Amino acid sequence: MSSIAEATIDEICVVACAEAFRGDGEILCNPIGTVPIVGGRLARATFEPDLVYTDTVAVLPANNFPVGDPDAPKVVESWVPYRTVFDIVWSGKRHVLMGASQIDQWGNQNIAAIGDFRQPKAQLLGLRGAPGNLVNHTTSYWVPNHSTRSFVASVDVVSGPGYDRMRALGSPSNRFHEVRRVVSNLGVFDFQTDDNRMRIASLHPGVTVEQVVEATAFELAGTDEVAETRLPSEEELHLIREVLDPGGARKAEFR
Amino acid sequence: MGWAGPVLPVWAGSQERAIVAAMVDKRMTEDEVVSELKDGMTIGIGGWGSRRKPMSLVRAILRSDLKDLTVVAYGGPDIGLLCAAGKLRRAVYGFVSLDSIPLEPHFRQARQSGAIEFTELDEGAFYLGLLAASHRVPFYPTRAGLGSDMLTMNPELRTVTSPYDDGEELVAIPAFKLDAALIHMNRADAAGNGQFLGPDLYFDDLFAMAADKTYLSTEKIVPTESLLDVGSVHTLRIQRIFTDGVVEAPRGAHFTECPPDYGRDEAFQREYAATARDPEAWEAFRATYLEAPSHADYLKALEARS
Repeated sequence: MSSIAEATIDEICVVACAEAFRGDGEILCNPIGTVPIVGGRLARATFEPDLVYTDTVAVLPANNFPVGDPDAPKVVESWVPYRTVFDIVWSGKRHVLMGASQIDQWGNQNIAAIGDFRQPKAQLLGLRGAPGNLVNHTTSYWVPNHSTRSFVASVDVVSGPGYDRMRALGSPSNRFHEVRRVVSNLGVFDFQTDDNRMRIASLHPGVTVEQVVEATAFELAGTDEVAETRLPSEEELHLIREVLDPGGARKAEFR
Repeated sequence: MGWAGPVLPVWAGSQERAIVAAMVDKRMTEDEVVSELKDGMTIGIGGWGSRRKPMSLVRAILRSDLKDLTVVAYGGPDIGLLCAAGKLRRAVYGFVSLDSIPLEPHFRQARQSGAIEFTELDEGAFYLGLLAASHRVPFYPTRAGLGSDMLTMNPELRTVTSPYDDGEELVAIPAFKLDAALIHMNRADAAGNGQFLGPDLYFDDLFAMAADKTYLSTEKIVPTESLLDVGSVHTLRIQRIFTDGVVEAPRGAHFTECPPDYGRDEAFQREYAATARDPEAWEAFRATYLEAPSHADYLKALEARS
């Protein structure tokens, strides 16, 4: 049996992603990217059993199954072709945990392009579903490479709008907007401040405030008293290592 | 008339070989489809990313003289190839991806060199543009886009205010009026009833309804009375009232996936993607696969690979 002392950074990040879904109940858990996916499956396998989970190829599997194995047996509980996914987005019964190439202090996220969008230096994924996600349901972010290139003073393109833009829009447009947390390889961040600026919620074991401040291009709140990100339990380590990601696919995002 | 046994639901299996009214025969070739298209047209392409794309029809466009096209799609190698071949004036898309290769490399180049005009929309908002055109209304409202740069990137997009007491402001996604649509189905009959047998129809029914003319390619043309031999009635999602031409093209979606008939040809897709970095490789790829004068010749070139 694994011991807690051996938990590695990828496993700590998986648990931090799983924690994003705590309290969500019976909604569609829609993580994107390997660490978020293992995290979403872990949340459902432990403290959020009512979540439904998408495998991104048109069905909702009801069982726990490993990442990276297209032939893993699935117990199908429903059919969700892409059209239904959009319908669910607009219904609000969804929480997406997606990547961010750039993110700023208000939670504005860019996955679209680097440089001027009219003729970008680098075309990235595009707006994808971010504009619709943010104004319709809860969103969290995963950034595996915390640096001043990803945690930026100002994003080049706003794919997913943050708190400053939603405040400018006001009610009722902002009523479904929530950026719940940002998980990076250094810590967990949220927007639980008076003016919804990003603050440190916790830092991963061994990470110092100086280190994270250095790697962030804007001023972070919550630097005075910093908690440590919780470690995986024995049960969680077992599920991550033996059931949900026995091949260790999650580790590739840390190389 | 007495009771003659249990009445099976129509989706229970093969249909009785009853007399089927003679229906219009819409069979044609890829080149005949392309001869009905014109420079400057707006063409919708069904499928999603690198999934069930009408690739034999796309290749027929590539070897034609058509130019200045606007393509509307949940884009994959269709948009990438049309960019690489210089056929596009504008791309209208929810995204452009090869799925297992997240960024379509030829599209990426076209964006970074400024070679094409573009309309980039939220993926769900894109669905509403198709839906509005299908229903012949000028727009559908959505919250998607408020607060993001979707409105900055597309200054022609406008908002509407709810006429009801809530007064909410919403984005009006304009109808994507299409001159033509190209879709690929697992099975179809000669009259243009189309059947999908994979896990997702995507938005192909809306492409068909949104277009003045819809051309459907299919793995196999079957008699109408055989349409339920394989799939349930729920798989018959393209109605012939919305189709104008039917092209039989086995492996017509190659190298994109077309389950359950075949999966994606990942090795071929990697070779295609690598051509974006190497003009010589692109020339070789173009000469071998894109200049094949017909889909049958393309299949022969594929056979020579293995």
